[in-house]
Amino acid sequence: MADNLSSNGQLAGGKRTFWGYRRPDGSVGVRNHVLILPTIVCATQTAQRVTELVQGTVTFIHQHGCAQVGVDYEQTFRTYAGMASNPNVYGVIVLGLGCETHQARSVASEVKKTGKPVEVISIQDHGGTLYTIAEAAKAAARMVQDASRERRVECDFAELIVGTECGGSDACSGLSANPAVGFCSDLIVDHGGTSILAETTELIGAEHLLARRAVNDQVAKRVYEVIGAMEKRAFAMNVDIRTGNPSPGNIKGGLSSLEEKSLGAANKSGSRPLQELIDYAQKPTAKGLVWMDTPGHDIEQLTGMVAGGSQIVLFTTGRGTPTGSPIAPVIKIATNTSIFEKMDDNIDLNAGTIIDGTETIESVGNRIFEEIIEVCSGKLTKAEILKQHDFGIWRIGPTF
Amino acid sequence: MKTYPTVMMKPQDTVAVALTNIPAGTRLTVACQDRLFNVELLEPIEFGHKFAVVPMEAGTDIMKYGEVIGAAVRAIRAGEHVHVHNLEGKRGRGDQLGGQSQQ
Repeated sequence: MADNLSSNGQLAGGKRTFWGYRRPDGSVGVRNHVLILPTIVCATQTAQRVTELVQGTVTFIHQHGCAQVGVDYEQTFRTYAGMASNPNVYGVIVLGLGCETHQARSVASEVKKTGKPVEVISIQDHGGTLYTIAEAAKAAARMVQDASRERRVECDFAELIVGTECGGSDACSGLSANPAVGFCSDLIVDHGGTSILAETTELIGAEHLLARRAVNDQVAKRVYEVIGAMEKRAFAMNVDIRTGNPSPGNIKGGLSSLEEKSLGAANKSGSRPLQELIDYAQKPTAKGLVWMDTPGHDIEQLTGMVAGGSQIVLFTTGRGTPTGSPIAPVIKIATNTSIFEKMDDNIDLNAGTIIDGTETIESVGNRIFEEIIEVCSGKLTKAEILKQHDFGIWRIGPTF
Repeated sequence: MKTYPTVMMKPQDTVAVALTNIPAGTRLTVACQDRLFNVELLEPIEFGHKFAVVPMEAGTDIMKYGEVIGAAVRAIRAGEHVHVHNLEGKRGRGDQLGGQSQQ
């Protein structure tokens, strides 16, 4: 351990550090996974078999990768490549079928730009499922052994991109956990890191508050553009958006309209200036607070942020949720004490103490910040322990 | 007398939130900064749910966090439960376009 590092991971001068994996492109991972990446639904079962055989590998189930065109093709491509490029992934086996639109080889060449180990295996080229499993498992076994030789090194907190998210919200979300995450988001920004605000749908009704915090007119204009585009999608369905958002659980928890949910959700962004507005699964180019344009759907949002390079995600919940990512730790934070106690298997921290009157927003925000450092240095989250490997792509076009 | 915790976010708000289940008939004093309201609950309010701190006419904006969270679909009395039965959202209302938006 460096001489100037105290026991709680603080450098002289107030700089905070954690123990991470330095990757060939200079980025820092907080996990060291080998990802078996199926670029097509037809290869997901095979990928699953490989993870059952080889310790240290992860994968995810999805239903995409073929008969997609235009911006929808590009967004799915960006998501695959982003997941594999995330610094939490040591190396990747890209698994294709052979005849699909999302060619495993194209995704692999994008990921190779990071300098990490990448191999491509296709089911049609290797003579069917069983030969492919054997080939992929052999390659994965070699890669896992190489990965195991990596050592954690001391890294500046500023290397982190922290995703923030709320799911299964209740009326306490906007009073306890979201403001605490907002306080923590300010700490992340003040320590030189990046904090991602997302779920555009759940910012409808709060956009004016965020546009005011934009660093320039262009970012403010983009805020109104993405909100306008999301609201138009609801108009096109000819229904009240309240039929789907807020959800029945949100409504049971006391939320009456999308605007009310949004005003609570916006609290996660803290108070720092909004630096940029990025597309789904796009990597932030700025440090500080960044807004990623995603839907409110928990898993699609989570996937977008992790594909955009988030090494860790903060997730507040009032109704309770098991959500986790195959490659990034997700710290779940209860908005009320009763759900924290009831879903102890799934939820890591309790912000319900703010409602109980036993703790302040600032104190919970500080606790979340310390937990980020611990988890980024190796402490497992409950979703990781339960192998909660959720993945979902925000599709923006039809399948043909 | 038993006290029940509630919270009102901003002084310009027209609703407050119950932080525990509160029975009908309970008299509450709700305060936010320089504003103070004495409200008698007209119905039981569940944990996390809202009640009106002032009477509202049909069509008026309902305020929480100092911002608009929707509109009253009918007149609402102080102490009434405010939720999806008497509050409608004003955003994402594709149902109010008469099908004209579909291309």
